Amino acid sequence: MQKKKLTAVITSQKEIAPGIFDMWIATELAKGAVPGQFICLYPKDKSTLLPRPISICEADKEKEQLRIVYRVAGKGTAEFSAYKEGDTVEVLGTLGNGFPVEEATGKKVFLMGGGIGIPPMLELAKNMQADKQIVVGYRDDKTFLREDLEKNGTVYIATEDGSVGTKGNVMDAIRENGLQADMIFACGPMPMLRAIKKYAEEAGIPAYISLEEHMACGVGACLGCVVKTKEKDHHSHVHNARICTDGPVFEAREVDI
Amino acid sequence: MNTSVTIAGVTFKNPVMTASGTFGSGMEYGEFVDLNRLGAVVTKGVANVPWPGNPTPRVAEVYGGMLNAIGLQNPGIDVFIERDIPFLKQYDTKIIVNVCGKTVEDYVEVVERLADTDVDMLEINVSCPNVKEGAIAFGQKADALFGITSEIKKHAKQPVIMKLSPNVTDITEMAKAAEAAGADALSLINTITGMKIDIHKRTFALANKTGGMSGPAIKPVAVRMVYQVANAVQIPIIGMGGISNAEDAIEFMLAGATAISVGAANFINPYATEEIVQGIEDYMQKYNVADIKDLIGAVK
Repeated sequence: MQKKKLTAVITSQKEIAPGIFDMWIATELAKGAVPGQFICLYPKDKSTLLPRPISICEADKEKEQLRIVYRVAGKGTAEFSAYKEGDTVEVLGTLGNGFPVEEATGKKVFLMGGGIGIPPMLELAKNMQADKQIVVGYRDDKTFLREDLEKNGTVYIATEDGSVGTKGNVMDAIRENGLQADMIFACGPMPMLRAIKKYAEEAGIPAYISLEEHMACGVGACLGCVVKTKEKDHHSHVHNARICTDGPVFEAREVDI
Repeated sequence: MNTSVTIAGVTFKNPVMTASGTFGSGMEYGEFVDLNRLGAVVTKGVANVPWPGNPTPRVAEVYGGMLNAIGLQNPGIDVFIERDIPFLKQYDTKIIVNVCGKTVEDYVEVVERLADTDVDMLEINVSCPNVKEGAIAFGQKADALFGITSEIKKHAKQPVIMKLSPNVTDITEMAKAAEAAGADALSLINTITGMKIDIHKRTFALANKTGGMSGPAIKPVAVRMVYQVANAVQIPIIGMGGISNAEDAIEFMLAGATAISVGAANFINPYATEEIVQGIEDYMQKYNVADIKDLIGAVK
């Protein structure tokens, strides 16, 4: 589907955990959205010019609405968090390749999310026909999106402070619950993705991980958001793939993280 | 209404170009804008061999602009000739190839490889602040700039634009050196060297520590330098630095630019180039400007 920049209307927004916001926007971009893709939102404040890449948490294709769940990390996201129903925002999308959902059909899978990497797991779980073990890691008992995830698979929780589920991270939750899978889909902080890459390589199973990096354009032109790759990338032929367009989802064995 | 401009014998349908490094070779933004509407596409810098570029983070936002330290990642001249030139030839726009290198020989190799290709002009990048060897080393000393310009002119079949760095004491000295060495045109400004520190992590925002600043915040510096250079040399100038809309573009032309390039604005608005083409036409209509050339350097 062709990428577009257009004006979206905020249809709802609420804070679902401290600093974590849940926003629905009405936009035709919802029609072409694939799990694991992202959109870019543009702040109105002209001192903050660059688009903010945010993963798609849910896509309602009938109502043509997208849901994003994001953390306030700076001036841009702080501006977004103040938007109310009826406000507008400039959106670029839909971007990136998304997860290879079909590959999971009929398999036993891990959907693993850490912190603000959890939101894309929801749209992925909703679109996947598989035995879904959703393993998510939070800081504490503010387990946002838990109910939504529980409707779409078996949820295992890890918290850093041990207040809910396994004390520790998502890898600890897998061990403590004695879980196994044929395939992994993951999004989260880099230490978690490195641990998943190692685990998948040792277990000899594929792992599709979603990466993030500072971006300027979001469409593959600026070459700001690259990741080192095992094979030559098809764009520059220098083992540096563009996360925004060649990713954000990569098979873990393909990338050097 | 005549919107065409001519630089070194090459006529552009309008003065709107893309700033090197912000537009790839046009493929990515071809999804958003009709490349046929642009005066020229100026490509990402290309070297004799592939360059991997710098470690990440490569980009950071600053007030009213951004820093980048991409480090000229590019696939090298072989892939460029095989893939990017045929892509651009599908469109009715001029092709300006930005050439980078570490040594004079590197630049000459690329220039020679391009000699038999169907590209319209060469822009020589002697002003990238983000690579250690070559590039900026040639762009901050007048004698070095004179030397590389003369050498490239000996080998180039297409007209040569020298892209100037703003990170110098007196840009007119650099402009005069390039002109004296035979440059057909100048483009300015490249990015301004900057730095950002993350006070929470207590690290540099960019892996390269320093980066080139671009975006609307640098525009007044760029307009001033275009004006100074326009009054110091006879050769045409392609002006750039923070151009976001048609008003900015007109401002650069009034200061002395024959054409203008749109850079970081593409990231903020992927339709920026085409909107600027339209906006310039609207301005000409509003002020009854029959020929856009009447705007060039009109403010003395």
